[in-house]
Amino acid sequence: MMMKKTVSLLLAVLLLCIAACACADESNSMKDDGFSTSYSYIYDYWEDVQMAPDPYRVELVIDGTTLGMDNLGGKGITKAQSLFICGNDVYVADTGNNRIIQFRYEDGQAAFTRVISEIQGTEPSTFNYPADVFADGNGNIYVADQNNHRVVMVDKELNFVKEFTKPVDATFNQSSAFLPNKIAVDVAGRVYVLATNVNKGFMKYENDTTFTGYIGANAVKFNMADYIWKKYFMSREQRAVTESFVPTEYENLYMDDKGFIYATTTVFKEADVFGDANPIRRLNGIGNDILIKNDVEPPVGDLNWKRESLQYGPSKMADITALDNDIYVTVDRMRGRLFGYDGQGIMLWAFGTKGSMDGTFSRAIALDHMGYDLFVLDEMKNNITVFTPTEYGQMIYDATDTYLKGDYDQSDKLWRDVMKLNANYSLAFRGIGRSLLRQEKYKEAMDYFERAHAREEYGRAFKQYRKLWVEKNIWWIIALLVLIIIVPLILGRIKRTKWEVIMHEQSKIRK
Amino acid sequence: MSKAKSVNETSVQTKGGKAKAWLDRYKDSLRYALHVITHPFDGFWDLVHEKRGTMAAAHTFLFLFLIIRVLKLMLTNFQFISAPVQYINVLEEMGSLLLPFLVLCIANWAMTTLFEGKGRFKDIYMGMCYALVPYIIIQLPMILISNMLTFEEGSLYSVMISISVIWSAFLAFVGLMEIHDYGPGKTFIFMIVTIVGAAVILFLVLVFFSLLSDAVAFFVSFYREIVFRLN
Repeated sequence: MMMKKTVSLLLAVLLLCIAACACADESNSMKDDGFSTSYSYIYDYWEDVQMAPDPYRVELVIDGTTLGMDNLGGKGITKAQSLFICGNDVYVADTGNNRIIQFRYEDGQAAFTRVISEIQGTEPSTFNYPADVFADGNGNIYVADQNNHRVVMVDKELNFVKEFTKPVDATFNQSSAFLPNKIAVDVAGRVYVLATNVNKGFMKYENDTTFTGYIGANAVKFNMADYIWKKYFMSREQRAVTESFVPTEYENLYMDDKGFIYATTTVFKEADVFGDANPIRRLNGIGNDILIKNDVEPPVGDLNWKRESLQYGPSKMADITALDNDIYVTVDRMRGRLFGYDGQGIMLWAFGTKGSMDGTFSRAIALDHMGYDLFVLDEMKNNITVFTPTEYGQMIYDATDTYLKGDYDQSDKLWRDVMKLNANYSLAFRGIGRSLLRQEKYKEAMDYFERAHAREEYGRAFKQYRKLWVEKNIWWIIALLVLIIIVPLILGRIKRTKWEVIMHEQSKIRK
Repeated sequence: MSKAKSVNETSVQTKGGKAKAWLDRYKDSLRYALHVITHPFDGFWDLVHEKRGTMAAAHTFLFLFLIIRVLKLMLTNFQFISAPVQYINVLEEMGSLLLPFLVLCIANWAMTTLFEGKGRFKDIYMGMCYALVPYIIIQLPMILISNMLTFEEGSLYSVMISISVIWSAFLAFVGLMEIHDYGPGKTFIFMIVTIVGAAVILFLVLVFFSLLSDAVAFFVSFYREIVFRLN
């Protein structure tokens, strides 16, 4: 009877244990769910989504009506593809209406300036599918006039200056059309063109309109296993339908104020996203990717995604823009999200979602900035959303800025303020740790670095701490070493002497 | 020395003496691990054929291995290992090592028995447990040492970890060779065969459980049907 009771009790305990384990597993499922349900968030070290305060809020939503274009008897924005900001002037490539809209944005107000639909001094004088627009500091405007196969440059009064057309060059396939899609112009007037159907990188034109080659081409990746498979195990028909070894095309580009090109690409295999794909790149003058990736994962937008979701897969970066201090912002057109990264490739914030409210997107396609304000163009909603940083967002920028300028005390203070608003913000811990390290408070710095999972910096702080510790405790260490080494030696000696004495006695007895 | 041994033999009769003898033998077999890992060829032969090892010592090593594995995840400095401590289930972690270990031992026994392997299951299990000893004696201090190293000195840490793993793997190889009285080539082949065997075991277990759950589901639905009809 007793036995039976014990056994049943044991079984019950076992079952309880199993149930507890199952419950524990239930909480584990959070780990796989990195797909954010909140508007603003950030990824922590474990690549889990952590809710965060909003870094930006909607200041204004601009569409044709708010610009007063209805009163002017014009059509609103239709299928706009791009926007560009120069000073306070905003240029929108209103592609669906074959025109460029220009307006000024000041103090939270948008004031309509003009519609550019006709230019003087060239044929054709109108645009046909203007996919992108660029304006330099002198008021000259460049338009990627896609279906007229040209990039045209006009001055402030819209007089034709020059045009960049299909290059007469062996490297360009003469049988295919020249379809400029995105453009960027550097300070020397060189034009970089991202053309549809060109996968050799960006086409580069000198300011005298001569074509001088391509930059930023993807290296062709060669896979031996793939090659053997295709060569020996596939029929000719199969080979024809499978993709061939071609480098990927770019999606968009942005010229930063230092003359580097930020580029995004969306065409890559899902498995490569953390490896060779490099969806965000920063190209130098000879087309090498110099983007700094000092975080655990490279900057790729969302780090994990729900399998059952319709919007499955890596973020598709439609556009990119670079703010001050090497901070850059990209927009994911698939999930309608914006991601901010600092110059070290560490995510500052992420926000946005799909929807119909202000601050959400249907198909965010272009992005630019004015100071710290962000302008996002939505192709389907036909409007432009202006975001201004909140107190929290501004604090992050200021803390980064003061740190880069070398004002570590101020930076420390600002990071502590950020930490008060968001205790999950590892960059704040890292920032505080850095300034503590400079103040030679190693132990505290180590604490903060550990929380931020900054291994290298922790190592640096720990090295100093260890040095000081050894210097302080050197006598104890020596004493300990003596205890460990000398004492057993002496004990051994005593034991041996004893043994010898016993042996001596025994030999005496035998005799 | 012989005098001490005879003393043990004479006191076997009493109950306390029996326990003491067992304890001595256990201690001796624990100490013998140091001989095994430094002289594997002689060590493993004597371990099995001269009865120098005990099952108790083998259990101890396996248990220590599991414990150290968990301690390593929990206590190693985050500069070298970062385990998501908030998600770790200690029992799960230990089980994920224990189960493959046992399945591999069973698979090895099952395969080598068919091909003139001299080792019994007990011998294989004991040998493999003794092969874990370098892992234990290197990794345990490394947990402590990792907290005294900086990130730049991480190569020291990783070298020591590699040494412990390679040493243990080498011991496992030599151990199987000596236990089964095989040549090196045959041992190597049977290591691969063992992995295949383990896969087969896993497959059979999975099939068994899925069939079992189907059977249970059948009776459950049968019962429900009856209850439904009766009402």
